[in-house]
Amino acid sequence: MTTQGFSFVMVAVLLAVSGAGIAIYRHLDTGIPFVSDEERRVWQVEARIEFLAAGAPAEVLLTLPPAQDGFFVLSETGASPGFGFTVDRSGPQRRAHWTKRLAGGSQILFYRMALVEDAQHEITPQPPNQVRTMYFDGTYSAAASEVLNDFLPRSTSAKSLADQIVEAANTRPLSQNMNLLKQGYEDAPLIAALLNRAGIAARTVKALQLEDGRRHQPLQDFVQVWHEDAWLLYDPQAGWIDDASELLLWQTGTPSVFDVVGGTRSQVTFSMTSQSRSALTLSNLRSSPFDLSLNDLPIAEQGMFKLIMTLPVGALVVVFMRLMVGVRTSGTFMPVLIALTFLQTELLAGLIGLVLVVGAALLIRTYLSSLNLLLVARIATLVVVVIALVLLLAVVSYRLGLISGLAITFFPMIILAWTVERMSILWEEEGPAEAMIQGAGSLLVAILAYLVMSLPIVRHLSYNFPELHLCVLAAILLLGRYTGYRLLELYRFQPLARRNT
Amino acid sequence: MNWLATPWDLRKRGVMGMNRRNVELINPYNNREAYPLVDNKLRTKRLAAKAGIPTPELIFAISQQFEIEAVPERLHELDRFVIKPSQGSGGRGILVISGRRNGRYVKSSAEEVDIQEIKRRLTNIISGLYSLGGRPDSAIIESLVVSHGMFASLSVDGVPDIRVIVFRGYPIMAMLRLGSHASDGKANLHQGAIGVGIDITTGTSIGAVRHDRMVTHHPDTGESLEDISIPNWQEVLRLASRCFDVTNLGYLGCDIVIDANAGPLLLEMNARPGLAIQIANGSGLEPRLRAVSEREAFAPTVDERVGFALQGFGGAI
Repeated sequence: MTTQGFSFVMVAVLLAVSGAGIAIYRHLDTGIPFVSDEERRVWQVEARIEFLAAGAPAEVLLTLPPAQDGFFVLSETGASPGFGFTVDRSGPQRRAHWTKRLAGGSQILFYRMALVEDAQHEITPQPPNQVRTMYFDGTYSAAASEVLNDFLPRSTSAKSLADQIVEAANTRPLSQNMNLLKQGYEDAPLIAALLNRAGIAARTVKALQLEDGRRHQPLQDFVQVWHEDAWLLYDPQAGWIDDASELLLWQTGTPSVFDVVGGTRSQVTFSMTSQSRSALTLSNLRSSPFDLSLNDLPIAEQGMFKLIMTLPVGALVVVFMRLMVGVRTSGTFMPVLIALTFLQTELLAGLIGLVLVVGAALLIRTYLSSLNLLLVARIATLVVVVIALVLLLAVVSYRLGLISGLAITFFPMIILAWTVERMSILWEEEGPAEAMIQGAGSLLVAILAYLVMSLPIVRHLSYNFPELHLCVLAAILLLGRYTGYRLLELYRFQPLARRNT
Repeated sequence: MNWLATPWDLRKRGVMGMNRRNVELINPYNNREAYPLVDNKLRTKRLAAKAGIPTPELIFAISQQFEIEAVPERLHELDRFVIKPSQGSGGRGILVISGRRNGRYVKSSAEEVDIQEIKRRLTNIISGLYSLGGRPDSAIIESLVVSHGMFASLSVDGVPDIRVIVFRGYPIMAMLRLGSHASDGKANLHQGAIGVGIDITTGTSIGAVRHDRMVTHHPDTGESLEDISIPNWQEVLRLASRCFDVTNLGYLGCDIVIDANAGPLLLEMNARPGLAIQIANGSGLEPRLRAVSEREAFAPTVDERVGFALQGFGGAI
């Protein structure tokens, strides 16, 4: 191999490697999947705050869920008409903050968020500041001490102590001490307080049980216990919760879930729905503004680019069919344009429409050739003829109830007119045989290009990983230097091979 | 598989494929700037005239639509002429008029056409119907070659021509092209003309192909294609070899006709000559290309180059 040939191959390999490399990097970085059918569950959660405003300045604060394992926030909105809305990040937890200078009557505020279940999503847990010591009142204090005296010698860790306390609090008959404590305290604060008294970091938290289609749900109390550098979640009745994938922690660090100033009879309820969405849509939604992606374009332009980005693949098919197989086509890249149209029309409808229109236009073209027109005028006439034929086909097929006949309108009329002209000249000059060969060759390549361009994996990769086109480019470059025989030449030159033997 | 050759068989026979021709011959040896010289037949004619290479006589050429109105008058005196697009390819758009009957023109296929048809053809040519990319073109009206007597029985209608492949000035392979009914008399192999391989050293026929398959007789005339001998063979090779000097195209196809009176005339040149010539000659191009490539780099004269070919490339064939 010559130096020049070698450096050429190096360039191609470099292109291919960098294309694949960027694609893999982006896959790892943004999580855009290589195949398009990974589904993930998305929760739409809505907090609804109702209150009766007193006709004075009103201010509402709602604690927002902390970042947590298993979920990431896709989007959140809290804007409500008439209210100013900010998110206050100064406290231990983010709080939504609505304000209105003058509010009267019944008010409803919504806070909505979309969350994606993602088992890989992990948050480094915030360690507890310091263990608060809960002081039990009089008799309760003695009872708490006795309960702990029972369990402390039998426990080895925060978790085992918590397990025992929760079990004791729910096992009937209750011990005398536990019975007394439960009369004075709610389950969750009691468990947290007992653990605190034993010097273990624990706190009551509020969480939302996620269940599809539930409305007007309250937050529920849970206990979190700090154990081996992580918060363990305890249901005050059922004990340690291993799988918290359907629990959304809402309030962990603030004293209240929500506060209303300037209103009465306030309440907050929660509704939620879940839906499945492809992982792709999600990573698109998640992409940062600095990640340049076709998804930043308006939806309509995206649709167009989805088509355009498959073009290089179609071009590769043409190059392959020409250089490796040796199929003759009428107009080098005309088949790709036809394939592009097939993508919009569906193959069969497009094929029938194309053959009908081109066939009819060819007949009319034979009449045109007797009119002795100049080339430009003849093509222009053909454009008009083609449009008329397309119109006719669309109307007739619609009348016959064949909606797919309307798909013919996707064909680029000028391209059709030129195709007709080329085929006609080919027919006159090279004979019907050559016209048929090239026409069939064009259709064959167009159908092949269509089949490749319509593969879901091709459409997915070409649009979401534009850098993979570098690999396509490398393949085209390498094919461009292929000096071996074309498949059809093996047939063509067959008499030469036989001669010697 | 009997109907498919294996690539290694073809490689062993030195057969040149289309891809290889493009990458290893046309791209490196044919300078793009020289293409218009051969793609534009009017320029070719002028170039040849300057270099003293004989071509069929140019009667006139037109490049504007308005000039067509005067054409009937200018054709008035002429019975035998050829109309061709200056930038046409593959014999497209060529109209051969071989006589007159009842005030109408007779095509080489004996079909009659009137002056309207001729004007229409001129219009089409000028508007670029036959030129590459539809560019506006000129129409050439040149005198019809009177075919050498020995070809009369061989070809249908049109004039047979000899395609000579010239590599770096050396004529390396040749083929006689005979029109058939299927090709409308045109000497174009795509359209069904017959290609007769010619032994480059002697100017006699080797074998013949039609549509890439061997034939022994002309399908229309029934004449045997086996013992054809080209007259003035050395002169034909010299003419082809000189084409390299005026175009500087390293890989060139020269189409030469043998006029009954004027001898060998250059009809046109082709910067992308086809590969069917290998089938007609029953051998691949590569051994001859290699033999020429191994010759010293300094420019030998036309006589030296033709001599090398006549000796069979120093034993390469």
